[in-house]
Amino acid sequence: MQRSATIAVLVENEAGVLARVIGLFSGRGYNIDSLTVAPVDEAGKLSRITVVTSGTEMVIEQIKAQLDRLVPVHRVSDLTLEGPHLTRELALIKVTGRGEHRVEALRLADAFRARVVDATTESFVFEMTGNAEKIEAFLALMRPLGLAEVSRTGAVAIARGSSALAA
Amino acid sequence: MSATQAHAPAATEHRSGAEVVLRALKDQGVDVIFGYPGGAVLPIYDALFQQNAIRHILVRHEQAAVHAAEGYARSTGKVGVVLVTSGPGATNAVTGLVDALMDSIPVVCLTGQVPTHLIGNDAFQEADTTGITRPATKHNYLVKRSEDLASTIHDAFYVAKSGRPGPVVVDLPKDILIKAAPYTEAPSQEEPHRSYRPRTEPDRNTVLEAVRMLKRAERPVVYTGGGVINSGPEASRLLGEFVRLTGMPCTSTLMGLGAFPSSDPLFLGMLGMHGTVEANLAMHGCDVMLNLGARFDDRVTGRLDAFSPGSKKIHADIDPSSINKNVKVDVAIVGDAGRIIAALIEAWKADETPVAKEAQSGWWKNIHEWRGRDCLRYVQSGSIIKPQHAVHRLFELTKEDGRDTFISTEVGQHQMWAAQYFGFEKPNRWMTSGGLGTMGYGLPAAMGVQIAHPDALCIDIAGEASILMNIQEMGTLAQYRLPVKVFILNNEYMGMVRQWQELLHGGRYSESYSDALPDFVKLAEAFHAKGLRAETADQLDGVIREMLAHPGPVIADICVAKDENCFPMIPSGAAHNEMILGPDSDGNARAVTDEGKVLV
Ligand SMILES: Cc1cc2nc3c(=O)[nH]c(=O)nc-3n(C[C@H](O)[C@H](O)[C@H](O)COP(=O)(O)OP(=O)(O)OC[C@H]3O[C@@H](n4cnc5c(N)ncnc54)[C@H](O)[C@@H]3O)c2cc1C
Ligand SMILES: Cc1ncc(C[n+]2csc(CCOP(=O)(O)OP(=O)(O)O)c2C)c(N)n1
Ligand SMILES: [Mg+2]
Repeated sequence: MQRSATIAVLVENEAGVLARVIGLFSGRGYNIDSLTVAPVDEAGKLSRITVVTSGTEMVIEQIKAQLDRLVPVHRVSDLTLEGPHLTRELALIKVTGRGEHRVEALRLADAFRARVVDATTESFVFEMTGNAEKIEAFLALMRPLGLAEVSRTGAVAIARGSSALAA
Repeated sequence: MSATQAHAPAATEHRSGAEVVLRALKDQGVDVIFGYPGGAVLPIYDALFQQNAIRHILVRHEQAAVHAAEGYARSTGKVGVVLVTSGPGATNAVTGLVDALMDSIPVVCLTGQVPTHLIGNDAFQEADTTGITRPATKHNYLVKRSEDLASTIHDAFYVAKSGRPGPVVVDLPKDILIKAAPYTEAPSQEEPHRSYRPRTEPDRNTVLEAVRMLKRAERPVVYTGGGVINSGPEASRLLGEFVRLTGMPCTSTLMGLGAFPSSDPLFLGMLGMHGTVEANLAMHGCDVMLNLGARFDDRVTGRLDAFSPGSKKIHADIDPSSINKNVKVDVAIVGDAGRIIAALIEAWKADETPVAKEAQSGWWKNIHEWRGRDCLRYVQSGSIIKPQHAVHRLFELTKEDGRDTFISTEVGQHQMWAAQYFGFEKPNRWMTSGGLGTMGYGLPAAMGVQIAHPDALCIDIAGEASILMNIQEMGTLAQYRLPVKVFILNNEYMGMVRQWQELLHGGRYSESYSDALPDFVKLAEAFHAKGLRAETADQLDGVIREMLAHPGPVIADICVAKDENCFPMIPSGAAHNEMILGPDSDGNARAVTDEGKVLV
């Protein structure tokens, strides 16, 4: 039985740490559905990586154990397993065209709460946050309306409630 | 940025980076390093020249430096240290690093690098060493700031030897070695590492659960591995105590040999692809299995869906990623093998659960029956030396010799015969390349062992093909007067390859004949060593005796049967109860399924 897992990894903010994590996934043949990284604690020199992956329960257990034994890794948390959590992704979406399509695109963007962050007479750039499904759904609607370019951050995630992931 | 930075004590004196490197090594207890010079590490060689605390052994190839460090480490329990130059020096070391990674051997390898301002410019002898060695090491570092130099080296030693040991690379740009650098002391043992803190103490409740399971077991078996050796000699002592306390049968992987004495009646011999019938059938038929520091390797499990189908499995390992990797287990104990075994002994004594004695005596009856098949029997008749006989005689005559004996091997049939016919009574006496299976490992490994144990008897049991992969190290033996004995089981074939071709590929011996071999006696002499040869069975003992008696390095060319196969054998893709026992038993090429042929 395959399942998807959103894993948060707290790491030393040092050169090579991302290469280690990506190398682990490619070297051992694990899936990466999305991966994001950014410093989250400059003073404490910590970065946070969010990986969305999928596999059997045994493979996901392996992925977590393999991540955890990397020397610069502080904490590994399987958000999917540990309970309710929030996942968000940011997308910038460029749609080009004129006339009816343009109006329709704007109307749908409004329904999806996508903001217009750039506009010309022939194009819009929409900014949208949400989970992957919501963004996919929006993109599917934009495709026939002149979808020209997409830039997505990949998922970031955090557990609900008061408990916090710390080094 | 180094992980130790935050807790490194304040810097003291300033000296050149190279001197700081040596000071850090010395403070880490290093007395010998194996290396090979070049432009990028000249500052370290210059500093080495001006001190006496650390001895440098000049190898003849950087791969050999790493294997020598592995031999040193495996035979002493200390970290082995390597020093190589940038570019080709570092790339030559890579095979050794992967070997150490696969077999969990603690090694610190210092590599030279072009100066920081040239990194990325395709400078002379530049290679992306941290990039290349990232998947070849447990961890690696590139030192970019002089302030990080000492703390990074201290960190490298901590990482190499903590938790599951492994190789660590520290890449040292030349400008960092030349510039003055501050020295920082190693952090004290109590100070926790910023991010890497492997668990060593087992959970008591889990240990108790394991003990109860074992006490109720009707058909228990203990399966031990390299982790018991990694844990140190005390773990082996405790293993002996535990197995005798419980009376359970005990088998070992290739990497664990010596942790439990081979002469003990409770020992079933090695298990796995070339393991004994009694060990493999005990694994197949047991109802409770206790894995202590072994990793359910494919050479051990055979076909996974038929591996020990009826048993509850307990797995004790220091690395949580070893648990449930290949085989799903029922009870997992994370911690150091020695502490786990100590906790098992304590819990066994304290817990009141009655032992299923009666059932266990029936189990032993089965085991005695399997043992009665005497699967390692061979017949030495006629004048052609059987390779098994050669190893057996070597074993007997080294026992007579009485010196502390360390055996290393190359890779192939001779390696398996060494494992089967040389009995190990103590840990740390057996060096072999198990996980990577690196031909060319044995001679440099023996060299490293001999450096650590100058008065011991160090023998590389070799094949004629493997030995040529690092034969240049005979020069190192000569230079340092290291009396290593190279005992070649010369079957004129890459025997292990030939065996697979016989059993799996219709006897088409494609490129597995060792053609145009050198005259090993003359080769020994060319390297200032003694060369000996045994061509017939009646010469064997004499040659071994002469080899053992000679005070310097020896190559003994033992001409053995050319077409002997290594049995028992579980063919790839088969289960433990589908062993091939010998040429006259039923199993043959037909036993290997197409699925099995895909496997290595
Ligand atoms: C030609 C050839 C044939 C082979 N045939 C066989 C065969 O028939 N039988 C066989 O057994 N092998 C065989 N091997 C070797 C095989 O490939 C593996 O290397 C070997 O089986 C692994 O041994 P191990 O499970 O003891 O693990 P190791 O590789 O020694 O790993 C040690 C395990 O212990 C853990 N550990 C480390 N330190 C500690 C500690 N302090 N405390 C607790 N746990 C710790 C590690 O995390 C790891 O899981 C063969 C190799 C070759 C080259
Ligand atoms: C570096 C390397 N290359 C190739 C192999 C594949 N291989 C395994 S055993 C073997 C033959 C070894 O021959 P020899 O040293 O004569 O030993 P024998 O099996 O004859 O005892 C080969 C080529 C290997 N293990 N290592
Ligand atoms: Mg051979």
